[in-house]
Amino acid sequence: MSGRRTTAAGLVLAAVHLAALSAFFLAPYPPTEQNRTLPYAPPTRLRFVDDSGRLHLRPFVYAVAEEEGATGRYREDRRQRFPVRFLVREGGDAGASPEGLRLFGVDEPARIFLLGTDGFGRDQLSRLLHGARISLFAGLLATVLSLTAGWVLGTLAGFYGGWIDTILMRSADLFLALPWLYLLFAVRAVLPLHVSPAQAFLLLVLIIGLVDWARPARLVRGVVISARERPYVLAARGFGAGDLYLIRRHIAPQTLGVLLTQASLLVPQYILAEVTLSFLGLGVAEPVPSWGNMLTALQRYHVMSSYWWMWLPGLALVPVFLAYFALSEALHARVGPASP
Amino acid sequence: MRVLLSIAITAWTSCAFAQGAVAPDLLRSDGEAGKRGGRLVFALHSEPKTLNPVTAVDTPSHEVIGRLTADLIHIDRDTQRTRPALARAWTVSPDGRHYTLELRRGLRFSDGHPFDADDVVFSFQCYLDERNASPQRDLLVVDGKPIVARKLGPYRVAVDLDQPYAAAERLFDSLAMLPRHLLEKAQREGRLAEVWGLGTPPPEIAGLGPFRVKAYTPGDRLILERNPHYWKVDSAGQALPYLDELVFVLVPNEDAQVIRFKAGETDLITRVSAANFSVLEADAAVGRYRLQDLGAGLEYTFLFFNLNDLDKGRLPEIARKQAWFRQRAFRQAVSAALDRQGMVRLVYQGRGTALGTHVTPGNKLWVNAALPRPQRSIPRARALLAEAGFVWKDGRLHDAAGAPVEFTVVTNAANAQRVQMATIAQADLRELGIEAQVVPLENRGLLDRVFKTHDYEAAVMALANGDVDPSGEMNVWVSGSPTHLWALSTSGPLAPWETEIDDLMRRQLVTLDGRERKRQYDRVQELVAENLPLIPLVSPNVLVGAKTALGNFRPAILDPTVLWNADELFWR
Repeated sequence: MSGRRTTAAGLVLAAVHLAALSAFFLAPYPPTEQNRTLPYAPPTRLRFVDDSGRLHLRPFVYAVAEEEGATGRYREDRRQRFPVRFLVREGGDAGASPEGLRLFGVDEPARIFLLGTDGFGRDQLSRLLHGARISLFAGLLATVLSLTAGWVLGTLAGFYGGWIDTILMRSADLFLALPWLYLLFAVRAVLPLHVSPAQAFLLLVLIIGLVDWARPARLVRGVVISARERPYVLAARGFGAGDLYLIRRHIAPQTLGVLLTQASLLVPQYILAEVTLSFLGLGVAEPVPSWGNMLTALQRYHVMSSYWWMWLPGLALVPVFLAYFALSEALHARVGPASP
Repeated sequence: MRVLLSIAITAWTSCAFAQGAVAPDLLRSDGEAGKRGGRLVFALHSEPKTLNPVTAVDTPSHEVIGRLTADLIHIDRDTQRTRPALARAWTVSPDGRHYTLELRRGLRFSDGHPFDADDVVFSFQCYLDERNASPQRDLLVVDGKPIVARKLGPYRVAVDLDQPYAAAERLFDSLAMLPRHLLEKAQREGRLAEVWGLGTPPPEIAGLGPFRVKAYTPGDRLILERNPHYWKVDSAGQALPYLDELVFVLVPNEDAQVIRFKAGETDLITRVSAANFSVLEADAAVGRYRLQDLGAGLEYTFLFFNLNDLDKGRLPEIARKQAWFRQRAFRQAVSAALDRQGMVRLVYQGRGTALGTHVTPGNKLWVNAALPRPQRSIPRARALLAEAGFVWKDGRLHDAAGAPVEFTVVTNAANAQRVQMATIAQADLRELGIEAQVVPLENRGLLDRVFKTHDYEAAVMALANGDVDPSGEMNVWVSGSPTHLWALSTSGPLAPWETEIDDLMRRQLVTLDGRERKRQYDRVQELVAENLPLIPLVSPNVLVGAKTALGNFRPAILDPTVLWNADELFWR
């Protein structure tokens, strides 16, 4: 039962990350392309049956246009069918992959917005896929960073003890006690105004990853302290083994379980951190999408109350989180109760 | 003893009779005659800082104080023209420098104390006193010379200006007349700026407005009640106001205000965003409330570049980019590339007007209707840039020295509309090969950069004049003024068009001939549209709503949009 769940979780995660990586291929439009006549267009309906009742095997869509004098209300133009085409090639588009090959699309002037559009008429599906790259990989990279820092500092503290331990662990306490969100606002205020999306992404990863080294460091320290006193470690030391050898050969393997469990817990937590920071305007800036800055639109009442498809980035977090938590449970069960 | 008492009573009644003999000179309102009673609830986005008319600066304070007090000459929010208020009539000397005001007789403050010329002279003294640091003082000092108010008789006041001032009548608007009997001591001791806080006991506050303070619950609500001594009657002769109470509740953000209004907890709502307006529209059909789109207001949103003269060596990056910003062709190209119609549609759901100059069509008396509507044209923008020596490499715009053209646009993060407009501009500029980064900033940080450090490249902001008259725009357009946003510090010589704007603005201020003044201000608008010291974008429509049962609801684009005739509002 647990095995099946773990497999399912693994599959979900693999699928989501693969989709994010192949966003250029899967997304029908560049994520920043605005359609100024189609703000908040609802998801395009895929149809198989036309007005005369004929069944078409290839799905098709109708072009939509805003109703006269009523912004935000759309009507389908039923005069012409636009069949969905697969593996379409787009020439020279700025956001397209080098070959410009996309999984699906429709002919102009119709558009296919499977998940609707946002306030600028940008395709939500394309933004969701491209945004996943930022949000998911920010989580992964930040986890690697935070665990590396946590592992190194935790091992140092646990292995050497004494004043090193005291200094490191007191600063860990300090890091845990700081009001991070406010501090980040202050940090953003002193940074230069012009931060390119790539810089912003790295900055985000650095901030999320480095802020949170304290918890893994404490856990690792605990494991290292108990490992240090094991008879075989003491024996190895008695035979003249050096510190580096001991850590590499005997101590590090002991901490692997903790690290893995921590990783599966931290990744979703950091994805959420990215979402939170971007939601508050501290993350990747417009027009580059991330799940967090896509959700900022929900800060406005009319968006929240009128356009359900604007909630999708939030909804997309749920399966990702569930999968990560299932994975962490499985890991926890396997490596034993060494972590909280 | 009994005899003494009866004499006292006789004396008191005869005295009251003697005073009552001066029949109060009441103003008859022309609104629909309504019926008395009921309370009206209105939401403020923040707590009024003070109830002191001399020191108030924030909108909520003005919103409340305007209901507690009255002015001598009032601007009718409906017609945008002046009309008599506490002054029943006035005359102007031919040179435009001397005003003689005839006050209404027999009026009383809300505490029952009579009002006369001494109160008027006292009020001017308070506003002009530098110790009080009144924001109105700037208006009352024309070219360094303060306006002088003199008492000519118990109900006659002379107001002298050092030089003719075209909009002099409009100066009296919202200049609340203060009760000398309550405030003279504080003024003498220099403590006037500290009086009439929100915590002041209601009996110590008196004004000539339709309402007076009844109770205040900090952080929650402020309740006003009918002023029994108010000086207006309706067309049927019934004393105004109709409402028993006017309640101001504190609802900090617009979305929450919309939800409260939708739920029927508040009776009026003003300056709703277009998006929320459409949310409200969906439910308006039920009929509990009605909504009104008043068309363009006076607010104009604009993009501007940093044209300040920076100290040598400071902010070298910005100084380098200013070489582009200072070129008129560059600003014209940016302006031509912007899709203002798209902004109107996406940001304001069509409830806005694309602007070519800073005066909006809402300002019916002063807008230059001859100016062409702004048209988007990428080819024109490209031609302008090419002519100015810019070149394209791989689709990116480079200046003559080979540097790529990129800049940041800062704006207020709390204002979703402005962030959206900046984002649209960003996409438009990409079509020209210009990389613009939108940086939403916390408002204080933004103002700091624009006003103090000048550490920004471009910004999207908005200004709104409180009145339609161009005299209110002096502090924006005359170089060296405190709101000359794009070039607050200048050291070099001015461009000819800048000198011309300065000159025209100064001249219109003292030109008494209305048509000549209009010509001068038309020319200012032309110069702005052509030289684009700021690039006008869009003016949002003023969107308001009220419960259907509210009578005499006549919203206006001038502040206070919905409460300006609070004395006439009634429940059907």
